Amino acid sequence: MTVQPTPASATPEGGHLLELRDLHIEFRTNEGVAQVINGVSYHLDAGETLAVLGESGSGKSVTAQAIMGILDTPPAFIRSGQILYQGQDLLTRSEEQRRQVRGTEIAMIFQDALSALNPVFPVGWQIGETLRQRAGMSRADARRRAIELMDLVKIPGAAKRIGDYPHQFSGGMRQRVMIAMALALDPKVLIADEPTTALDVTVQAQIMDLLADLRRELNMAMILITHDLGVVAGVADRIAVMYAGRIVEHADVRSLYKAPAHPYTKGLLESIPRLDVRGQELSTIKGLPPNLMRIPSGCPFHPRCPYVQQVCVDVVPHDLVLGDGRTSACHFAQEVRDDSVAR
Amino acid sequence: MFRYILRRLLQMVLAFFGTTLIVYALTFAGQGDPIQALAGERPVTPAQRAYLTEKYHLDATGVGGFFYRYFDYVKNLLQGNLGESLTGRNIGDILQQAWPVTVQLALIALAVAIIFGVSAGVIAGIRRASIFDNSTLVLTLLVLGIPTIVLAPLAQYFLGVKWQLFPPTAGSDPTFYALLLPGIVLGSLSLATALRLTRASVAENLRADYVRTARSKGLVKRRIVVVHVLRNSLIPVVTFLGVELGNLMSGAIITEGVFNIPGVGFNLFRGIRTEDGPLVVGIVSVLVVVYLVSNLVVDVLYAVLDPRIRYE
Repeated sequence: MTVQPTPASATPEGGHLLELRDLHIEFRTNEGVAQVINGVSYHLDAGETLAVLGESGSGKSVTAQAIMGILDTPPAFIRSGQILYQGQDLLTRSEEQRRQVRGTEIAMIFQDALSALNPVFPVGWQIGETLRQRAGMSRADARRRAIELMDLVKIPGAAKRIGDYPHQFSGGMRQRVMIAMALALDPKVLIADEPTTALDVTVQAQIMDLLADLRRELNMAMILITHDLGVVAGVADRIAVMYAGRIVEHADVRSLYKAPAHPYTKGLLESIPRLDVRGQELSTIKGLPPNLMRIPSGCPFHPRCPYVQQVCVDVVPHDLVLGDGRTSACHFAQEVRDDSVAR
Repeated sequence: MFRYILRRLLQMVLAFFGTTLIVYALTFAGQGDPIQALAGERPVTPAQRAYLTEKYHLDATGVGGFFYRYFDYVKNLLQGNLGESLTGRNIGDILQQAWPVTVQLALIALAVAIIFGVSAGVIAGIRRASIFDNSTLVLTLLVLGIPTIVLAPLAQYFLGVKWQLFPPTAGSDPTFYALLLPGIVLGSLSLATALRLTRASVAENLRADYVRTARSKGLVKRRIVVVHVLRNSLIPVVTFLGVELGNLMSGAIITEGVFNIPGVGFNLFRGIRTEDGPLVVGIVSVLVVVYLVSNLVVDVLYAVLDPRIRYE
């Protein structure tokens, strides 16, 4: 067996920092097998922010947990695909090697910081645990560094609050603690799984600003998972829209907002309340997301799609390349985009 | 926290008077002729009757008389005087002899529950739906289903009489070895409950979000289970064991009866059987205090273990 050289630079020549190739994941439950991820491919380059957008159950969190290697098996089984980090497939690594990647290379923060933090340990202890266990720091050093990290995420009076328990913090401050913990080992990739969903709107903005600032300062790459289009606009470079375990549209933020090229994205954008068309009824996407045990034939979105034709029922659409790195998994991607521009 | 304990202590005073009053009433209010009950079948001479009436304040009748005797009793109780049993023995002395035996028995039972119940529960919780898990579930169901009145004689017959692994009865002033089998029998019920509680708690905590966080920190699995999961899972188990210790300390009537152990439960049962009112009331009064104190300790322990609980 040849030992693969670890590249010195973050990204090997021509490759991406992180790349998912045709990932398939299924959940085997007592009720049956749910096809949760059906051929997801996306990539992330050093220092950029990719937003993964989709409804609950679209598979965005499962994909992220697959990258981290923290999926529960059973029920989740990765059927095929590759997760390349710095050119090496994480899925072929041993559990121990994958553990080494967690926190130091790729770190993750979660939606609900109250349940994601251990309720019976002080926050300083929990941040310090990563440093003691993974970086071999002494208790005193870990404590000092934990205070620095809490300062970094702008928790007021960090030194005084280090002994407090998670429930003694407000929602926003708790999420900051989560972020401090994720940053402890200087990861190159930060996965933020709906980091602001559980928070008040004003606090949401603060946390997003903080994440954007930290990403810039620490030169990380970030995957921002969200179902909230409003959160994405200011922070992300590119957007991948997920539906029924597939990426249906992939584009840079500006062109996606200007002219969505998939009916699902278009529907999402149209369901945002707008100030300039007040009094009109809000448009919604009719129907419900599909049952992942019985994904519709052809294009999984066809039962809800206003553009539906017979071909959509019969043929699974491939990613249509629209130029500028844009793709859309729709038979009528051009028409949808032109339609969007015209409006 | 301090104010909480103080408030609880005040509540305990009320609970103490309430329960002793009820027990006192249930024991004595319905009694026909207490003097004849004391004497049993034998005739009572007028002189004896006069002496006993004087001694127990039986001349005051009705509700007033009842309360007169109750307060008389409480007054003595607060001075540490539990009175005398109908057989003329000092109840304080009886308890002083019985309690160490019961405490030993309780500690053996609790140790059995902790060593086997909690550790098997942890393993079953981690390996849910495994052979180990399923067999422990069936076994505990079996233990929970068999009443002590059946289990104790069975254990006594097979382990004590037939195979002679343990002494079949304890007798007066029993050794640790003699208490071992009764302790295991007594602890088996706590063991089964502790096992099921631990298993459910561990299984639930393994699915908790903070475990996912701990994994994403890159901690080794062992540490996640031992530090993060166990620390959380054992909160309800410790609470249960605390309450259970209070129960066990108050004596086990059946187990002590079957194995002939001169503990608290044994004496209480004898008191009930011989209609020895003073003995029953005396023991129960002390049991009430044991219960109340052990419950307070559990509540305080709970706040120490779970920082989310704040008693203000």
